[in-house]
Amino acid sequence: MEFPFWSKDIETMDRSRLEQLQLQRLRDIVGYALKTPFYQKRLGKAWMHSPDDIKSLADLRKIPFTTKEDLRQNYPKGMLAVDMEQVVRVHSSSGTTGVPTVIYYTRDDLDRWTDLLARGITASGATSRDIFQNMMSYGLFTGGLGLHYGAERVGMTVIPVGGGNTQRQLQIMKDFGTTALHITPSYLLHIQQRMAEFGIKRSDLALRKAYMGAEPHSETTRQKLQDLYQVDIFNCYGLSEMNGPGVAFECCCKSDPHVWEDGYIIEIIDPVSGEPLPDGEKGEVVFTNLIRYALPLMRYRTRDLAFIHTEPCPCGRTHRRMSRIQGRTDDMMIINGVNVFPSQIEEVLMSIPEVGNNYMIYLSTHEGLDRLTVKVELYQKLFTGDLSQIDSLKGKIKDKLRASITINAHIELHEPGSLPAFEGKAKRVVDERIKL
Amino acid sequence: MKLTQISVFLENRKGRLFEICSKLGQSGVNIRALTIAETETFGVLRMIVDKPDAAVKMFQQNNITANRTEVVAVEVPDKPGGLAEVLKVLTEANVNVEYMYGFMEKASEKALMVFRFDDSEKAAKVLTAAGVNVVTRKDIQGL
Repeated sequence: MEFPFWSKDIETMDRSRLEQLQLQRLRDIVGYALKTPFYQKRLGKAWMHSPDDIKSLADLRKIPFTTKEDLRQNYPKGMLAVDMEQVVRVHSSSGTTGVPTVIYYTRDDLDRWTDLLARGITASGATSRDIFQNMMSYGLFTGGLGLHYGAERVGMTVIPVGGGNTQRQLQIMKDFGTTALHITPSYLLHIQQRMAEFGIKRSDLALRKAYMGAEPHSETTRQKLQDLYQVDIFNCYGLSEMNGPGVAFECCCKSDPHVWEDGYIIEIIDPVSGEPLPDGEKGEVVFTNLIRYALPLMRYRTRDLAFIHTEPCPCGRTHRRMSRIQGRTDDMMIINGVNVFPSQIEEVLMSIPEVGNNYMIYLSTHEGLDRLTVKVELYQKLFTGDLSQIDSLKGKIKDKLRASITINAHIELHEPGSLPAFEGKAKRVVDERIKL
Repeated sequence: MKLTQISVFLENRKGRLFEICSKLGQSGVNIRALTIAETETFGVLRMIVDKPDAAVKMFQQNNITANRTEVVAVEVPDKPGGLAEVLKVLTEANVNVEYMYGFMEKASEKALMVFRFDDSEKAAKVLTAAGVNVVTRKDIQGL
């Protein structure tokens, strides 16, 4: 079997040369990081005042971890390492308690990121002959634009539809002969369930590949979707702190994604002690971004749990593969591909005077998509007796939630004292979704 | 001229209406008129009682979400076009009816209707001027 490559020399580079490249790039990144007050202080504590203080890759471990909380506290520009004039793109994700995190990119940063996406797409066997329909949402979320530019660089014909509107998605797939999709697993399943309704048959479509990201799913789900559509499905992994999608991408072997180690240093640590774990052992994934100068991030704790495969991949790539995400070390929920923390929902609810103190978050599956139901208690003293008041209150909660977490939630109002009360640690999230 | 209506926020669950009504009964409060506006998951129970103060006190003590609303009860001629006559007066005076419901009452010539208006004051005034009998609080307690 002939395996396709985008940058074969780098992708198959022997480990010692790859590590040499990592070391060199890490020094560059430390140089940029030292331009920010945040890292000056952090690195200063570890007695690092110049890139030369990094003597070997092992010195990486002297660098303290960076967390999402650090990003929040330094919002919006505290970690920016270049002049704003050099920044050509901003992406942002909603923060855990309302303060968002922001990522900056220079033109070269985008170029390096795009190249890694082109590499991943090529590794899956796609070429410039493919018609690529991007169903991830565009905008501040990195998922849409990231793959978009990667696919363009490969030379694919890119259809930037964005998310939603199943009928139109299907029509476009049919009319343009779409061969490759970028989509969440739940949406791919949903489309399949609605094809008949819109009078579209599988034979009307030229679909061959789908890239699935943003949402964890099992191997069983991949198999099921592959069988339903008769397509090859590839997992990709990413997070905006590491530029966005394409940190790791599956090759033709479809046996977990290769982490592009010339772009990112991956470590697996014990989430409690912070100590590094050997390959094959599950722990928290920590990344150092080696290719973004505008906002350097080193030893960033993703809160994702995974392990690194010890076996080499038959494709010949020397870049190690990481497992699917096995869980989280925090309470983050992924709802239709969007990352949401319960604390974000709580903050919205508590900002509305008519809402009492108790609330519950329910996640369920509805027509193949995740549904978020928020149950709240009405605050007695503010009940006016009008049905319209309650309707508008529901509307208000819904609007405020959408503004904060971009999700349309179902709101249920309950009588005070009727929702479960907790002694000790509250369990406010009930996940009843059909596990994919 | 205006009457006190008690509105109670109710979840749509089995036995809840029974609980509310039996608590009213235990407090010696008699329900004169009642309606439920409902949605998928909750309802608002609206009622006219003989002792609104006692009812509100009981609801507060039992942690039941309730509030007072001003309504107007009107005697409507019990004949074809009876309600239309009353509504005509209101429409001409540009008063809007938000909702309305009937009274439980013993046999009589007239039907009693409870109205929630956007402007109760004005409604009561124009109805009285048009010769429509607006029920007073005293009437209700005496019913």
